[in-house]
Amino acid sequence: MHIVVCIKQVPDSREIRIDPKTNTLIRQGVPSIVNFYDKHGLEEALRIKDELGARVTVITMGPPPAEKALKECISLGADEGVLVTDRAFAGADTLATSYVLAKAIRKAEETWGPVDIVFCGKQTLDGDTGQVGPGIACRLDLEQLTYVGKVRKVDPQARRITVERHLEDGIEVVETSMPVLVTALKELNKIRRASLPGMIRAARYKPIVWTTADFPDLDRSQIGLKGSPTIVGKTWVPEVRKVDGERIAGDTPQQIAEQLVERLWSGDLPTRLGWN
Amino acid sequence: MAEQEQQTVEKKEKEPDFSDYRGVMIVVEQRYGKAKAVSWQLLGKGRELADKLETKLYALVIGHEVEHLAKEAGYYGADEVYLCDAPELKDYRTRPYSRVCLKVIHQVKPEIVLFGATGTGRDLAGAIATHLPTGLTADTTELDVEPPPSRLLLASRPAFSEKMMATILCKRYRPQMATARAGVFQALPRDESREVPIIRVENDMKEEEIAARVLEFISETGKVNLEEAEIIVAGGRGLGGPEAFGMLKELADALGGVVGASRAAVDAGWISHDHQVGQTGHTVRPKLYFAIGISGAVQHTVGMSNSEVIVAINKDENAPIFQIAHYGIVGDLFKIVPAITEAVKKKRGLPIGPLASTTGGNRA
Ligand SMILES: Cc1cc2nc3c(=O)[nH]c(=O)nc-3n(C[C@H](O)[C@H](O)[C@H](O)COP(=O)(O)OP(=O)(O)OC[C@H]3O[C@@H](n4cnc5c(N)ncnc54)[C@H](O)[C@@H]3O)c2cc1C
Ligand SMILES: Nc1ncnc2c1ncn2[C@@H]1O[C@H](COP(=O)(O)O)[C@@H](O)[C@H]1O
Repeated sequence: MHIVVCIKQVPDSREIRIDPKTNTLIRQGVPSIVNFYDKHGLEEALRIKDELGARVTVITMGPPPAEKALKECISLGADEGVLVTDRAFAGADTLATSYVLAKAIRKAEETWGPVDIVFCGKQTLDGDTGQVGPGIACRLDLEQLTYVGKVRKVDPQARRITVERHLEDGIEVVETSMPVLVTALKELNKIRRASLPGMIRAARYKPIVWTTADFPDLDRSQIGLKGSPTIVGKTWVPEVRKVDGERIAGDTPQQIAEQLVERLWSGDLPTRLGWN
Repeated sequence: MAEQEQQTVEKKEKEPDFSDYRGVMIVVEQRYGKAKAVSWQLLGKGRELADKLETKLYALVIGHEVEHLAKEAGYYGADEVYLCDAPELKDYRTRPYSRVCLKVIHQVKPEIVLFGATGTGRDLAGAIATHLPTGLTADTTELDVEPPPSRLLLASRPAFSEKMMATILCKRYRPQMATARAGVFQALPRDESREVPIIRVENDMKEEEIAARVLEFISETGKVNLEEAEIIVAGGRGLGGPEAFGMLKELADALGGVVGASRAAVDAGWISHDHQVGQTGHTVRPKLYFAIGISGAVQHTVGMSNSEVIVAINKDENAPIFQIAHYGIVGDLFKIVPAITEAVKKKRGLPIGPLASTTGGNRA
């Protein structure tokens, strides 16, 4: 089997703060990490590799420093890491990103053999859309299983896969054919630690680099900023809405409670909430 | 004729002509014939956008034995409803559902298509946007349009873990698409006098052509659905332990609401993560929100400050939560909450003392 994992190096946006004076993002000192949902995708690929045997190729599109993210994946047990990088790819939205990643996956197939499973993360911390996965599936005509919290079974002979999709209202158990694209949730697995041989291999490993020159049939109008239909307009820092609220006081908790209830019942709230 | 076409094609390069794209379309999500609340909320918002653009509001209902939902979509504001009802469409599966959506979009040519930002809505929207192709904005919390002639959709969403908001535009492609969060927009009052045309659409995919099979759906009805709740009673570190959540549950039951929590309470292990409100939890917009023993850190308030009425109970009169509360009570929650529960029960004529069963649950 051949499994491709799409990973992205992202600033840990949980650590980003807003400068209260200028209302701009403070990016300084914000660490870059492998998007953590993507690591769960990698972990699942490695588990399948451990169990059934598979080649695991990790692909990222990004600037040269993203090599570090690929090395981290190598240390965990990935076989190859590919950095797809070019100035021309910059400014891509999800549509343009999925175009380039789909091309890269095709090239990975030509290089290492047909792909059975592509793992993506549920979403990225920076782009935060969850759209790149379905985009890739659509472009490569793969089956698509999003929000997967558990892989129940992979059957390479029958070329079928069974997973649990975790949705708002419950768990959907779905079976479909391979090749398939799966997007990973945190619940999917526990991420392993790098082994010593893994770390040694990663230290020496030079990621494979593909640029526009490596994709002869690339349609230039579909990449980068030019190939991106969405553009960012205005940005702003949401203000916390301050209200001139009313303090409710009283001599006893019962008095306070009764006053509150009186206020809540004074408008049309009870009707709209269906209170009798 | 050919020459003319050539010219328009050339013109398109500079200033695309989208005059054949008109109308706002809402893709209605359902499971087992029951619609998701977000669909009706989107019809409410869609109505407003369509009126501003002086155009029609369409709904698209896909499923099996879902004709009643097509009628419902009319009651909630749609002018016309497209309905694709077939046994193959009983369960949501990406391929057949996206096939139907694409067919209707090509036929109707709406300028805007909106989906709920649910697992299913995002799965479907992501596939369709790539097919068309067009731009898709994820997880929006504000939607507006520029008036004609520009007719641009202003799709705004939180970015950088809710710390910023950004408006995303799609100028060169149609339709403009977005997924929108549940609980953010208001559904219109259901109006049964609205009888609207229902246009039937054929499903073109046969069962043999569909690889995916839904083997089972394990519904989690016990799971709280904060995003669709109209009343939330949330507790924080001030509760001091898991036991006090029982007290909150009683108030929530008396009101017909559900229990929420701050991260501090979740991290302490007093209540499960699906109850968490805030930046790393759920974004909620109920009609009534109780913040009990919650200080009001910004990471909490980004997730709930748009609640219609906020009641805060805290012993610290300087707690920041009071800045966004409509009703603030300074005092000991352990004394005040039971008194409120009792007063609510009295007002509603509910039996005083612990309730035998829940009266409300999730009222969405
Ligand atoms: C990256 C990041 C993400 C985060 N995401 C979230 C999130 O999604 N949601 C979230 O909630 N937080 C989040 N936080 C944490 C947030 O910053 C606060 O730490 C948290 O909200 C505090 O919870 P609290 O108000 O319950 O606790 P505290 O701040 O400790 O407040 C407890 C309050 O209870 C009051 N109190 C105590 N005893 C009583 C009593 N007997 N009667 C009345 N009042 C009493 C106190 O006066 C105090 O105001 C996040 C933080 C970070 C860094
Ligand atoms: N530049 C990228 N390189 C590789 N994979 C990516 C890239 N961007 C997104 N992905 C994958 O697509 C998933 C969803 O990303 P997003 O749509 O940005 O939320 C991520 O979790 C990754 O698996």
